Amino acid sequence: MSWLLAVPIAIPFATAVFAFLLRNGAAGRWVSVAGSAALLAASAVLMQAVLAEGVVAGQMGSWPAPFGITLVADLLSAVMVVITAIIALAVSVYALADIGPAEERLGYHALFQVLIAGVTGAFLTGDLFNLYVWFEVMLISSFGLLVLGGRAEQIDGGVKYVALNLVSTILFLTGIGLLYGMTGTLNMADLSIAVDGADQGLLTVVAMLFMIAFGVKAAVFPLFFWLPAAYHTPAFSVSAVFAGLLTKVGVYALIRMFTLVFDHDTGLTHTILLWVACLTMVTGVLGAAAQGDMRRILSFHIVSQIGYMVLGLALLTPLAIVGAVFYLVHHIIVKANLFLIAGVADRLTGGTALSRIGGLYASAPLLAALFLVPAFSLAGFPPLSGFWAKFLLVKAALEIEGWVIAAVALAVGLLTIYSMTKIWAQAFWEPHPEGREPRLSDLPAGQRWAMLAPIMALAALTVFIGLFPEPFVAFAERAAAQLLDPTDYVETVLGDRG
Amino acid sequence: MEIIVASAIGVLTAGGVYLILRLRTFPVILGLAMLSYAVNVFLFASGRLAIDQSPILSKYADISYTDPLPQALVLTAIVISFGMTAVLVMIGLGAYLEAGDDHIDLDGSEPEAGKDGTA
Repeated sequence: MSWLLAVPIAIPFATAVFAFLLRNGAAGRWVSVAGSAALLAASAVLMQAVLAEGVVAGQMGSWPAPFGITLVADLLSAVMVVITAIIALAVSVYALADIGPAEERLGYHALFQVLIAGVTGAFLTGDLFNLYVWFEVMLISSFGLLVLGGRAEQIDGGVKYVALNLVSTILFLTGIGLLYGMTGTLNMADLSIAVDGADQGLLTVVAMLFMIAFGVKAAVFPLFFWLPAAYHTPAFSVSAVFAGLLTKVGVYALIRMFTLVFDHDTGLTHTILLWVACLTMVTGVLGAAAQGDMRRILSFHIVSQIGYMVLGLALLTPLAIVGAVFYLVHHIIVKANLFLIAGVADRLTGGTALSRIGGLYASAPLLAALFLVPAFSLAGFPPLSGFWAKFLLVKAALEIEGWVIAAVALAVGLLTIYSMTKIWAQAFWEPHPEGREPRLSDLPAGQRWAMLAPIMALAALTVFIGLFPEPFVAFAERAAAQLLDPTDYVETVLGDRG
Repeated sequence: MEIIVASAIGVLTAGGVYLILRLRTFPVILGLAMLSYAVNVFLFASGRLAIDQSPILSKYADISYTDPLPQALVLTAIVISFGMTAVLVMIGLGAYLEAGDDHIDLDGSEPEAGKDGTA
């Protein structure tokens, strides 16, 4: 079965090579689209296998676990790979119109595919040191994408981004070193057994190191400052894929480690996570309220939404984990879509600063309708996907009588509507300050559909999840059950030894 | 032995933290490099410190050996941090040549209408 697990990582790497060789012509961009479509197919096959057989594990190089490098997919990993493939396909189609030949010659499509390979690798690995390597693959390629084009503000944002992420990597490595010194293994499944015999005090210290390291990646309070400094500067398709996927890898790593390995002292670690989650939600949404640029507002909303996912992990009840998994999937679709829409708005009106644009509702009603779907979903309006995600988390908080937590979650939802209304009023409702009437038909037909098709597809997905949440919630319940009881995961990875 | 390695890691970390708090790109890059050296030595030490022992098991004689895994890990980490430093130097150099100075812009995160309008 191991080929099933390796293929979602190998496809983007192979695509990257071809896209780089063909970067001087139009062929490169179509290679990227084809590679993303192939990745989607491969991830669907993997998902099928995981649904049918439970956890799937493979040992690379045939070294038995815990000595070799393990690739492993449970339901959470599988769904994250599927959603990565969906976003990769949407963004690579969008990039047909968004990325110019100059950036293509610099290797945009190759960097993009390497980034996708890093993300799927991080979701599928079952080994901590391997996770570090995938983080670095992601970091280097995302840094390249961030500064592609080389404008001064891009480089400025890029330096902050990379410096803070490197510090987090260094903490991650320190944690890996300590964990290896204590237990003699870095295989996650093996670790979940081995930590029981370790010094529990020292283990908590290691847990905190990992929490800070992954917290920087996930952009939680107070470690999120690199995100709003960087995400508004690159090309729109780049910021869409960053917004959708990168921070979520951090959240995924947090969920994985704090359900599988660091569940020895939940009274301390998960209480800290709870505070972090609430403060992340509040500071993110307040930061967004203070901004006057579409992409900056959306960047701060990534931060506040991360808070909800961490909240699900922090509560650690079955329902809360269900909520966190559901939230992850919903959020990736919605957030990437909002950044793609911001890209179209920028193309039509000539900017994203709210004071300088407007008039989109009158002249581009289709775009306005498409904006409302993810915007309301982000805020949690029924019957969109965000409503169910928030509903599950608030219900989980009420079940354990966390009244304050539920109140914070709801209040942050309300403030989210406030800043979405701000974008709506200034970019869509009010007339353009220069009297322009931006129309979608101004764009060449090919470009128009390359940009609108992914937006429509993602919006349709949001509505679909919202109208038919049952199979998705049932899936999230199964995924959460696997996370809370990792016996199956451990036994599949370690074979009969476990 | 332990005290020497431990203080080397400590000194490297202290120097690295001091340097990354500077406001110019070059010291920040140096600081990050020093921090990654510190963590590489730390990672190496996680396999316990041993002198005059090979990282190879011998099936002919019952001699003690040192843990090879941290050495493999640290080799990977060195390669990655070397690549990362190279990328950072290139970007820092690009920024310096473009802007004419290597200050890390503190006001870059404030919204400026003119800058964003053209973005």
